Amino acid sequence: MIRARHVTKFFNRGEVNEVLALREVSLTVNEGDFITVIGSNGAGKSTFLNALAGVFPIEEGSISVADQDVTTWPEHRRAAFLGRVFQDPLLGTCPHATIEQNLALASRRGKRRGLKRGVRKADRALFREKLSMLGLGLEDRLTDATGLLSGGQRQAMTMLMATLVRPKVLLLDEHTAALDPKTAVQIMQLTDELVRSERLTTLMVTHNMAQAIEYGNRLVMFHQGRVILDVSGEEKAGLGIQDLLERFHELGGDGCVSDRALLG
Amino acid sequence: MTLYALTGAVEQGFVYGIMVLGVYLTFRVLDFPDLTVDGSLPLGAAISAVVISSGHSPWLACVLAAGAGFLAGMVTGILNTKLKILHLLASILTMIALYSINIRIMGRPNTSLLGQQTVVDQFAGLSGLAPSLAAPLLFGIMGCIAVLVLFWFLRTELGMAVLATGDNPRMITAQGVNTHNVIIFGVGLSNAMVACSGALVAQSQGAADVNMGVGTIVAGLASVIIGETVFGDRSVGRALFAALLGSVLYRVAIALALSMDLGIFSVTPSDLKLITALLVVLALTAPRIKKRLLFKRGHA
Ligand SMILES: Nc1ncnc2c1ncn2[C@@H]1O[C@H](COP(=O)(O)OP(=O)(O)OP(=O)(O)O)[C@@H](O)[C@H]1O
Ligand SMILES: [Mg+2]
Repeated sequence: MIRARHVTKFFNRGEVNEVLALREVSLTVNEGDFITVIGSNGAGKSTFLNALAGVFPIEEGSISVADQDVTTWPEHRRAAFLGRVFQDPLLGTCPHATIEQNLALASRRGKRRGLKRGVRKADRALFREKLSMLGLGLEDRLTDATGLLSGGQRQAMTMLMATLVRPKVLLLDEHTAALDPKTAVQIMQLTDELVRSERLTTLMVTHNMAQAIEYGNRLVMFHQGRVILDVSGEEKAGLGIQDLLERFHELGGDGCVSDRALLG
Repeated sequence: MTLYALTGAVEQGFVYGIMVLGVYLTFRVLDFPDLTVDGSLPLGAAISAVVISSGHSPWLACVLAAGAGFLAGMVTGILNTKLKILHLLASILTMIALYSINIRIMGRPNTSLLGQQTVVDQFAGLSGLAPSLAAPLLFGIMGCIAVLVLFWFLRTELGMAVLATGDNPRMITAQGVNTHNVIIFGVGLSNAMVACSGALVAQSQGAADVNMGVGTIVAGLASVIIGETVFGDRSVGRALFAALLGSVLYRVAIALALSMDLGIFSVTPSDLKLITALLVVLALTAPRIKKRLLFKRGHA
């Protein structure tokens, strides 16, 4: 579904604070894959997801989604293919717009926006139905300003919005990290439900090893801008936290990176 | 204050109200402080004066002025998004450039419209009302139409994308919207309204002058803030009407200040810019000062 080939990304190239954030990363994401992505701070996980989403141009390599080369496409154009949820729950929704307006904005992802009514009657019925699946009572608050909601509620809405138009790939970047533990578990369950029921191709960055092992059919580990581990199927299913730490040290995780950093 | 002065102030309030709606669109909706308006208001006036004095319809003059204003706003939007110039600076550059352009358009710094057919004359002729009543009524109707059109627009798919661009640009980009295009379009639309307002100001005052735009942004902001404070901004529709009525209040307040006679000291028209600037500073800081006072009292 996604094919990244030799993707290289520098920040501040040619300056004293130059960072090589991705070094010739190649990764093929198959249709239906649910990949958990782990790695220490600064390993390049967010940079990789942002490169896929087109937040910035890459220096070398190519990216294709559903057999279309999108390497030169700007972010808003790639959005037609991608659903995204960010770490910061405030980033995914418009605070001054109502709940129904936010969902309506998301329901036109990848479509032309013209002078038709923004929120239509038929939309409202659909939004109500979808919101009731969250079990947060939001279906009765369609015209409330989204800024009134809690971080967890907003993140749940963002999950819904990312999947309202079926994305070819769902990109989740530590989307439960800023939530309290209980809410984080709820959002993770919602994620799992949505990914399974819609059979969504998904990349999920997490610092939670247990999460990375429990969810998904494939696990990818980044280190210093490279993919140093890519396991799937049986092998992934049999993995424990201890195994992961050992593999990490074996595969170039040098001494200067502590286990804590890997664990986050 | 005489009744004549009052209707005159109301008329001005509605004429400039269309400009205030434009300022509301950039300042509040797009979160884009746009000083282009100081140049696009006289741009609209200049085009209006030239079109009317060459014998064309005063309505056509408004349409052409709006078109030119849209282009001027687009230039600011392009300078900001494509050339990465800070929004304030980008708008100042367009504003300065418009000063020269406006003189080019008129061929001189000002043009009189005395004795020419304006929209007010046509409306007075149609309705049979005296011009001093026809003018505020006509401009009031036009102001309300502008509010309704803007309200309708902000609830369309495209209008909601404009709102979202000002509210959370990263989110709306992830939802597939090219925020550059939205900003270029939004600032264009805003300046189309400002230039249309300028075209009407010229017709209402009987002249276009290249310097008539000085302080437009400050008057616009003052009106927006007065409207919000007095009428509230809980919903988009309410905020739009508040902006229009805020403009009327602002002009009436100015007329009142001018008619005050405090013995040796009296306010002259040249003091207005100072008063307006102080008013905006007060309005911008009042909420914060109020909060601080409440906070102190709560802990005393
Ligand atoms: N906008 C930027 N400008 C400069 N350097 C950046 C930028 N974004 C990321 N980097 C650098 O690129 C490297 C990779 O960062 P990235 O955010 O991808 O790491 P990460 O794996 O997501 O880490 P974390 O787990 O802390 O989120 C880091 O060294 C970081 O400092
Ligand atoms: Mg990250």
